[in-house]
Amino acid sequence: MTAISAEAVQKDRRRLRVHEAAIGDRIYEILTTACALVVPALVIAIAIAIFAAAWPAFAKVGLSIVTSTDWDVRAGKFGAAPAIFGTLVSSVVALIIATPLAIGVAIFLSEFSPKWLRQPIGFLVDLLAAVPSVVYGLWGIFVLLPLLREQVMPFLRDTLHLGATPFFTGPAYGPSMLAAGIILAIMALPYISSVSREVLLAVPRSQREAALALGATRWEMIRDAVVPYAKSGIIGGIMLGLGRALGETMAVTMVIGNRLEISASLFSPGYTMASLIANQFGEATSDLHLSALMAVGAILFVITLIVNAVARWLVWQVSRGRVS
Amino acid sequence: MIGLTYLAAVLATLPLLLILWHLLKKGASSLSLAFFTNMPKPVGEVGGGMANAIVGTLIMIGLACAIGLPIGIGAGIYLSEKRSTPLAQSVRFLADVLNGLPSIVMGIFAWEILVRPAGHFSALAGGTALGAMMIPLVTRTSEEMLRVVPVSLREAALALGYPRWRTSLSVVVRTALAGIATGALVAVARIAGETAPLLFTAIGNQFWSTALREPIAALPLQIFAYAISPYDEWHAQAWAGALVLISMVLLISLAARLVTRSKFGAPVD
Repeated sequence: MTAISAEAVQKDRRRLRVHEAAIGDRIYEILTTACALVVPALVIAIAIAIFAAAWPAFAKVGLSIVTSTDWDVRAGKFGAAPAIFGTLVSSVVALIIATPLAIGVAIFLSEFSPKWLRQPIGFLVDLLAAVPSVVYGLWGIFVLLPLLREQVMPFLRDTLHLGATPFFTGPAYGPSMLAAGIILAIMALPYISSVSREVLLAVPRSQREAALALGATRWEMIRDAVVPYAKSGIIGGIMLGLGRALGETMAVTMVIGNRLEISASLFSPGYTMASLIANQFGEATSDLHLSALMAVGAILFVITLIVNAVARWLVWQVSRGRVS
Repeated sequence: MIGLTYLAAVLATLPLLLILWHLLKKGASSLSLAFFTNMPKPVGEVGGGMANAIVGTLIMIGLACAIGLPIGIGAGIYLSEKRSTPLAQSVRFLADVLNGLPSIVMGIFAWEILVRPAGHFSALAGGTALGAMMIPLVTRTSEEMLRVVPVSLREAALALGYPRWRTSLSVVVRTALAGIATGALVAVARIAGETAPLLFTAIGNQFWSTALREPIAALPLQIFAYAISPYDEWHAQAWAGALVLISMVLLISLAARLVTRSKFGAPVD
């Protein structure tokens, strides 16, 4: 029997360990990289799948899907302009309502709130984002709509005399663009508020102290030194809220009235792209109809992609420390 | 002006409190043990429940986690290690963009690649759609949690002779496990309430079904169907279902916060 030296055995063991480590590292690299690549693969897959399915409709009706207001399934006409209009208007109304409130809350939490109140109020506002869309819709149908129909809309139209403008005319059914705007505002608020709160808190003390040293009042300090510094982050937050409002389906479907018509009045029912798809998908009669709905989905996909990309880029800029 | 911010704070917290109050008021009266154990009954019959919907939601959450968690955590590990390479930056950016995509877009995507070729709706498709929604969320939260782990820990392990892969898994990931679990719970809370993707994939089922290749009921779908129906009994059931759903979501969110609180001693917002 040949004597095997202890050193030789030790060398072998070390080589084996190094070898195992190398294999282990390799597998680890491959696995984690593969997982990471799933993310861009998913985005590309979504784009390809939706556009491929939408292609027959785009080929048949072309740009009229965006420009025409005539959605006539039997006749093969698919003009989704009322739905696009509805998506944009309801989201804008939502932002008009939500932005002042969200920024107000963010300023309150970062500047004025007593320490003990900060956590609970922040928590409650953030919790708004956790409520499922269908629960908002349920609450919207049975609480918000009657409230609008019986109190708010007559108040706006008659007491405030806003009925003289074209935006608040028409019968107050309840389901309306206004209802959708209000629900979307509640849903977008936590997103705008949480991003705004973060960027406001990230404004360096030196900015605030400098303003105060120059004789500014507390409010002037916020208005002139803090908010402008956080401006691009806040805009990013607003766009995040916008992105959320644009794509919201269930809550809007339940309160917007589902009528394919363009109207200037906020009291009239409308339609959004997402609710159009959700409502008509189950009853789609022909392949062309399905393809047209996918086309609407493709338009929604592109719009929200752009809005979200810009929003994330803005927020990213601020978090990297660049002054707006 | 300062008063206006106080007003904003009040107005911002009002909707949540209103919704919770209405849910409790209208939902609690229809809630009973029968609600959790009975099947949906036709209108007019007393004692319907949402047992199949609750179970369906749980099954699809399980499927979604099986798909979303491994891929999401793997991607999170990748991003936390390769911090600023171009690929890592694009993955991070795209994950954030995916997070903001409407759930209905995920739904029609899942329909196009899973339901249409198969020719039928299925729980599998629903779970996959929800899992795909979980991936970007889990990726970003895992990455954030892994970044918090001090580099010295990794360096110490490497100095002691641990191979890279073992350092990452046994030392770094293990330290951040509570945070990763929080991220996972937050993602689960988010997808538990999603309805739109399920409209195109699992579509709902009035009968008891746990088969993965069959349509399956889900709590949000059932709430939606009952809410838009013209029947008062079903409206009451919808409120009860909504109460159950939001309790589930809130409990999971609270659990997520508690996990990090006990680990780090302070809540991670």
